[in-house]
Amino acid sequence: MNFDPRYSARNFASVGTRPIRPDGVDKVTGRARYGADFNMAGQLVGRVLRSPHAHARIAKIDISKAEKLAGVKAVITAADLPDLTDGDAAMYDVLDNCMARTKALYDGHAVAAVAAIDARTARQALKLIEIEYELLPHVTDVDEAAKHTAPLINDAIFTEGLEEKPVKPSNVTKRSQFGHGDVHQGFGHADFIVERSFKTEQTHQGYIEPHACVANFSSDGTADLWVCTQGHFVYRQHCAQLLGMEASKLRVTSSEIGGGFGGKTHVWAEPVALALSRKAGRPVKLVMTRDEVFRASGPTSATSIDVKIGARKDGTITAAEATLRYSCGPYAGSWAEIGAMTAFACYKLDNVKTVGYEVLVNRPKTAAYRAPSAPMAAFAVESAVDELAKKIGMDPVDFRIKNAAQEGTRSSYGPVYGPIGIGPTLEAVKSHPHMKAPLGPNQGRGMACGFWFNFGGQTCTDLNIGMDGSVSLAVGTVDVGGSRASLSLVAAEELGIDYSQVKAIVADTSSLGYNDMTDGSRGTFSSSMATISAARNAIKILRERAAQMWDIAVDDVVWEKGHAIAKGEKHGNLGKLSLKEIAVESGKTGGPIAGHSELVADGAGVSFATHICDIEVDPDTGAARVIRYTVVQDAGKAVHPTYVEGQYQGGAAQGIGWALNEEYIYGKDGRLQNAGFLDYRIPVCSDLPMIDTQILEIPNPNHPYGVRGVGETSIVPPLAAIANAVSNAAGVRMTHIPMSPPRILAAIEAARA
Amino acid sequence: MRYIRPLSIEDAVGQLAGSAGTAAILAGGSDLLVRMKGGFAEPELIVDIKAIDGLSEIRETAEGFSIGAAVPCAVLGENTALRKAWPGVVEAAKLIGSKQVQGRCTIVGNLCNASPAADSVPALVAAGAKAVVVGPAGRRTIPVQSVPTAPGKTSLAKGEIIEAILLDSQAPRSGDAYLRFIPRTEMDIAVVSAGVNLTLDEHGVVKSARVALGAVAATVLLVEEAAEVLIGSKLDEATLERLAKVCAGACRPIDDKRGTIEFRRKVAGVLAKRAATTAYARAGGK
Repeated sequence: MNFDPRYSARNFASVGTRPIRPDGVDKVTGRARYGADFNMAGQLVGRVLRSPHAHARIAKIDISKAEKLAGVKAVITAADLPDLTDGDAAMYDVLDNCMARTKALYDGHAVAAVAAIDARTARQALKLIEIEYELLPHVTDVDEAAKHTAPLINDAIFTEGLEEKPVKPSNVTKRSQFGHGDVHQGFGHADFIVERSFKTEQTHQGYIEPHACVANFSSDGTADLWVCTQGHFVYRQHCAQLLGMEASKLRVTSSEIGGGFGGKTHVWAEPVALALSRKAGRPVKLVMTRDEVFRASGPTSATSIDVKIGARKDGTITAAEATLRYSCGPYAGSWAEIGAMTAFACYKLDNVKTVGYEVLVNRPKTAAYRAPSAPMAAFAVESAVDELAKKIGMDPVDFRIKNAAQEGTRSSYGPVYGPIGIGPTLEAVKSHPHMKAPLGPNQGRGMACGFWFNFGGQTCTDLNIGMDGSVSLAVGTVDVGGSRASLSLVAAEELGIDYSQVKAIVADTSSLGYNDMTDGSRGTFSSSMATISAARNAIKILRERAAQMWDIAVDDVVWEKGHAIAKGEKHGNLGKLSLKEIAVESGKTGGPIAGHSELVADGAGVSFATHICDIEVDPDTGAARVIRYTVVQDAGKAVHPTYVEGQYQGGAAQGIGWALNEEYIYGKDGRLQNAGFLDYRIPVCSDLPMIDTQILEIPNPNHPYGVRGVGETSIVPPLAAIANAVSNAAGVRMTHIPMSPPRILAAIEAARA
Repeated sequence: MRYIRPLSIEDAVGQLAGSAGTAAILAGGSDLLVRMKGGFAEPELIVDIKAIDGLSEIRETAEGFSIGAAVPCAVLGENTALRKAWPGVVEAAKLIGSKQVQGRCTIVGNLCNASPAADSVPALVAAGAKAVVVGPAGRRTIPVQSVPTAPGKTSLAKGEIIEAILLDSQAPRSGDAYLRFIPRTEMDIAVVSAGVNLTLDEHGVVKSARVALGAVAATVLLVEEAAEVLIGSKLDEATLERLAKVCAGACRPIDDKRGTIEFRRKVAGVLAKRAATTAYARAGGK
């Protein structure tokens, strides 16, 4: 491919407008088909049996009684999903998480599954499966688990990344370190130092649609999977590997998606549904209950973070240091490592050091959650930054502006930044009317910054021009936030036609080449790049066809505003040809017209945001209410501004829930106490104010239109912005997320005493 | 599973009394259907009482109000006379679940579900409401606080149905109020709650009072010492502080996923104070 992704300034016709989305009407009328809306003739109901224990050896599983129950067509255990991972440790963990092999590692861990003719029979069958557990001591708290006295979750794990190879196994799977300079020396130059410890509890992505799929295994060894996912190509790879299939024999179709936020980047139910279908010889539909979603899918890490930052009287930060412990569930991960990379990414620092520790606990396997690991690190760092500004006597915005990273800054995690938006978002916040609005009694204002890397990755797109001049665009990145509308705008822009002439779909895994999943805020960034490339390839063919129709050299034909135009003196009398006119004649000029693109979208520009938040605290009950909220974020170029704003608001809304009420609560028995939306409190509409947004556009040099991903950064600042606001409103520094009413009231009472 | 929809209360009682296995009464279904969907309840007989004559009505009588067992909470809010007489009871009923749930759920269901955190129960207890129970042995009238005996358990015998809730006509210079604490703004369950009902004399002095607390013990608490604190006062600051202290002391809360013992004690007092202040104003006190 010789596609030049470099940015060049231009005037847009379609990009930047706000048309309605192609999937909108079906979604608001209930016609759209989500994971559980697909059905097949002869389909069975799949259900999973889960461990009620936090940590237990599985001594014996007897499925014979369940198999004999009338209406039961298949019962599976780990024996039906043998280990075919061939030394791939990460995939082995995925397999073990889908179906426990020797040990149940958390409350909710799958141990067996059934397929039956109806839900009632399936439920009865689960009760007939007899399992003998040998209970083992468990640990669910991240700090407790990191102690060397903690019960060991996996005695084959020795901490990686230490200078000396450890002799004893540990729940700490890995140590990682980032930074540059000499923090010890840096702190020596500081006039003020803030040092604090913070904790954040585990949260779930809280997508409204539970995991759902229909698997149909044919007797010829091929299979179809209809599934709600953020990445059907990745699900195909993983399922095929776990089931011992060739990838091409498994066709995966992604449904509409009712939220994923990183939680649908991982297989849980799908290999189980495929194994059930293979054994039963019939299609199997497997839909998780909300209880299962909480107990077995998702969550993000619980964390414990120590931060130390020093600055001179003039506000220059001289050194910054953080130690971050992140829970991974019972399997190794790199969550603390990401936290350690992002912690100080907003700042220009001469001396910085971050150390991350990955910690195993008897909780569900940690999965990505929107800018995974960054919000907790930002909470700790931005809280300390706020406190330090206060100590110095500087305005918190001015203090951050003084220390903000710029183009050319060496980031705390290594790379040198290109043009970035942290400074501009801070300047925009400084002059925003929100910062000057008066506050009432018991109200406080807070602000905070956030960073996310963004990702590009492998992308493949087809653009087909119909004989009526309409354009269908087939992309391989699942649409989680309006990308079909955005990509249609991009196709319309590039071809010079109207948005209404383009219809975008998400194609299945047999119709396109491999696509990475929709994660890392890559959907619109990478697929728009591939769409531009595909459209340019189609334009090349359109020009050739026009040249043929005119019987002139193709080099004399240019493409402008949706038309082929013959250039040069001798062609002066030729009228222009529209895309439609060329398409209508395509049968006579060489057949269908299409543009294809396959590329690796490198150069996803890093993303920054600054948020402002006003909170009112009831000092007698500890209740905190968000009064006003403003998001300022760099989008590079907002392709469809409404959906960019939607991403900004969505991230803020999730961050507000996380900051104030959401948390996994475990009992002493290691069981999850609040596996439902009643006691796992995501915000409801009336909990939130209208979230105001301001889009900044600092073009990404590595995208033709300057686009940056926008989906994740918006969840990074809220925990800190809200914590700073609550701390200002209540007059006491809050260091434990969520800041639930009992925690706020206890902090107020402690300060009063 | 067998579903029946009897047309008379006698038939319903007979069916329940004669059932061999587990039986459940269905009115709004906002608790029962959720439990069935979750696999926590699998009744063999479901008796839907919505078609029984009179059970879906609110009747105004010489003594006060009779609220049928199948009246949805939303309908309570649409009854002007009831809202005027017992605003605290109505606001409690209108806090249950969400708008959609309120279109189905009933105060009798809320009472018989026997959750310590039930929203309408503290308000009903404070209001001195009574329940009309019909069973194989006939009809009897009992105070609502004697219905729940423990979380999920009631004093009702096999075959017994609560037909209606009775509320007296409100005495002159009276007012009631209900407040609950939830971390969200709606669609939540009380962490602590308080219902207060006051009657004043001609001088604005509290003549009689009832104070009930929810979610701070295994069943709703009627706190008589709290009522004694209020009687004879005009709700001055010192009285309110004593009320808060007495209520905090009366609580027998637990630490759980919804709140700590300390939090519940403290907030019980805060809510009792705030509810008493509202009830006092509604009674015409200044």
